[in-house]
Amino acid sequence: MNAPPDTLVIGGGLHGLSAALNLARAGRHVTLVERSWLGRHASGATAAGVRTLNRDPAEIPISLESMEMWRRIERIVGGDCGFHADGQLNVAERQGDVAKLERRLAAMRRAGYTHEELIGRDELLRLVPALSPHCAAALVARNDGAADPHKTLTAFRRAAEAAGVAILEGTSVRAVERKGENWVVRTSARDIAVPVIVNAAGAWAGRVAAMVGDDIPLGVKASMMIVTERIAPLLKPVVSVVGRPLSFKQSGQGTLVIGGGLQGSADIDTQRSTVNFRELAKGARAAHDLFPAIGPVRIVRTWAGIEAKTDDLLPVIGASPNAPGVFHAFGYSGHGFQLVPVVGAIVADLVVRGGTNRNIAGLAPERLMNRQEAA
Amino acid sequence: MSRNVDLLIIGAGPAGMSAAVTARRHGLDVLVVDEQPAPGGQIWRNVETMAATARGRLLGAAYAEGAGAVTRFRASGAAYEPGTQVWQVEPGPRAYMTRQGATSLVEARCLLLATGAQERPVPFEGWTLPGVLTVGAAQILLKSSGQIPDVPVWIAGNGPLPLLYATQLLKVGGRIAGFLDTTPPDRRRAASRMFPGAVLGAPGDIAKGLVWMATLRRAGVKIVRGVTDIEAIGGQAIERIRYRIASGDDVTVPAQTLLVHEGIVPTIHPTLALGCAHRWDAAQICFAPQLDEWGETSQQDIFVAGDGAGIGGATAAGLRGEIVAIRIAARLGRLSEGQAAASARPARGKLRRALISRPFLDALCGPRHAVLVPNDRTLACRCEEVTVSEIRAQVAYGRPGPNQVKAFTRAGMGPCQGRQCAYTVASILAEAEGRAVPDLGLYRARPPFKPLTIGELAALDETSEAA
Repeated sequence: MNAPPDTLVIGGGLHGLSAALNLARAGRHVTLVERSWLGRHASGATAAGVRTLNRDPAEIPISLESMEMWRRIERIVGGDCGFHADGQLNVAERQGDVAKLERRLAAMRRAGYTHEELIGRDELLRLVPALSPHCAAALVARNDGAADPHKTLTAFRRAAEAAGVAILEGTSVRAVERKGENWVVRTSARDIAVPVIVNAAGAWAGRVAAMVGDDIPLGVKASMMIVTERIAPLLKPVVSVVGRPLSFKQSGQGTLVIGGGLQGSADIDTQRSTVNFRELAKGARAAHDLFPAIGPVRIVRTWAGIEAKTDDLLPVIGASPNAPGVFHAFGYSGHGFQLVPVVGAIVADLVVRGGTNRNIAGLAPERLMNRQEAA
Repeated sequence: MSRNVDLLIIGAGPAGMSAAVTARRHGLDVLVVDEQPAPGGQIWRNVETMAATARGRLLGAAYAEGAGAVTRFRASGAAYEPGTQVWQVEPGPRAYMTRQGATSLVEARCLLLATGAQERPVPFEGWTLPGVLTVGAAQILLKSSGQIPDVPVWIAGNGPLPLLYATQLLKVGGRIAGFLDTTPPDRRRAASRMFPGAVLGAPGDIAKGLVWMATLRRAGVKIVRGVTDIEAIGGQAIERIRYRIASGDDVTVPAQTLLVHEGIVPTIHPTLALGCAHRWDAAQICFAPQLDEWGETSQQDIFVAGDGAGIGGATAAGLRGEIVAIRIAARLGRLSEGQAAASARPARGKLRRALISRPFLDALCGPRHAVLVPNDRTLACRCEEVTVSEIRAQVAYGRPGPNQVKAFTRAGMGPCQGRQCAYTVASILAEAEGRAVPDLGLYRARPPFKPLTIGELAALDETSEAA
């Protein structure tokens, strides 16, 4: 623990923590720097859905493995993450939407995947009795679920610290310079010289990438969330709906957590995000249409998280093609929470073994950098 | 559903009404929205109905003055929508609100927040027991429905309001079991040095306080000075109070109602959400929005007047409302800069005089340490039932600020949105970490500020009507 670090993780979100944890367990001396505090942005603002359902084919292999890890997450991190596997459903309200689900299912079956399943109205209403009966069918991933983001942050933090990771909160990265075999990272606290850097800086990861010479265009998402007062148990699975901005679940505390990717606005320089209620009203409308009984439920708070968005909405996971010893893990574009356990393991593979058997072919940094050069 | 006005005023208390009257005089199109059913704010709550009644007359001259202010406001021609909950304000400026179940959006050229103050939360062991409430809440019951507690009440606190309420309660036939004055002796000493200045500058204010105290004495009310460490004890409701007296001894008395009050602080939820700059007011131990001499916040076209700008009382609030309205009339082209400056001069003079006794009151009426940092067993966050010791335990993880503690303990996540625990949590952390509250700041404000249902928000979605 007192040895000088050989690995610096930039970013104290869940992905940075997971990478740091896996690296430390693989024998690296890891320091993690976080400009604000752990989980300040996306990891603290997430709906914390643990979802394989409706994933892009490029993510499915690692997402399925991550799901296996979530099932034993308490053993992995040694603490409660509030994970429960009550399923995720993507509901079709109309027959035209059912056809979309059927096409999706057929594509999954052709690719050899069995984690998604189509269910009719009866089974749907059995799983979610509070759902409006106008809903026709749903695609379901029965092993999916959700977790508690703050319990997850606490568990990962404690596990990482127990594994020897030195966590420096309130420490921002100002510049990165090459010096011999090392990178010298100039932080607000001190200079840190390391051969290996993991860039898990979320919405700010494009800036970190630029510091080592990687030009990866990165947008920003400000996905909005609604949390209500606590109510009696209403539903267990997480519900989304075809063609509408909605992700709907009930937390362990009994509050309703309503998201769905509706966008507020964010300024990554000031780190401020703003809720747009005209947009958010669409989410409330969708929630109300699907669960008519919740009209009188009071909203307690709303917010917008800040996170990175790539051009193809897939994460960037892999070694920098230009900067030796630099590894990127960012750009989850609104669906990174479920991938936390596996991506930490992948980063450790890449750093420690110089490669991974896990399928991340579609997630390499080059794909976005090349596009940039061609444009 | 969406409307446009020159000036939107949120709050129909002394500041809001006075601003409306002034703005109308300059021909502005003014909309005043307020959550109460009638104009007057907290100080003149229900004054139109109550002032003319026998009981209303017993509430005193300061209350009766409100009737004139309300009459002028009613006659001003400002649109007035009572019973309105404003649940979000944004730069623009624009405000979202709900009235009688209908949700709407108002776009204004200028916005005036005249949202007043809230009582400083007073956490202590047992403060969540039924039968414990604030003096302000009891006074609201008295003003709005003439309600008098049917048992003798214990009043514990500091500042003018407990004295005023006690006097009012006696006049209307209520009974007081005892008055526990929590003003710390060092504050009393510090304030006494300012006393001569306050007496000369504002003899009326000081006389009022002395008259109230004399009224209590004459009525034979038991008055205990220098009280600390109050605890409410009981099972389903309060049964006893234990308090420590100046000698250090504990006294336990039976009690069915305990009313507490430790001063008021500006309502800053809206300005926090707007991202306005705030200042720490060391004298009043609270945050207040940073304002220029015209009451404008760091956000253009967004103004604050009244106690929300810093506690100054009703007279100052009315004058600040007038000054802000003059500025807004100039901003909207109804006055030149020079005319505005001249026009505001008399109000500025009166405002100075209205605030003359404030340093004395601030020195005397600040909260004692235990109000800011209660003992470990006290619930800091009553909504989520988080104790002081649980907050303190978070200090082991780095040097957290209120927002981290909120995320990891759920303190401040309940329906009151941190209004009851923001200062407590910040004060606990500041003390434990050897930092200052202004460096830590408060919870980020997360809209909506007022109760809003899923159904009401859904109704704001116009696009789906056609779908």
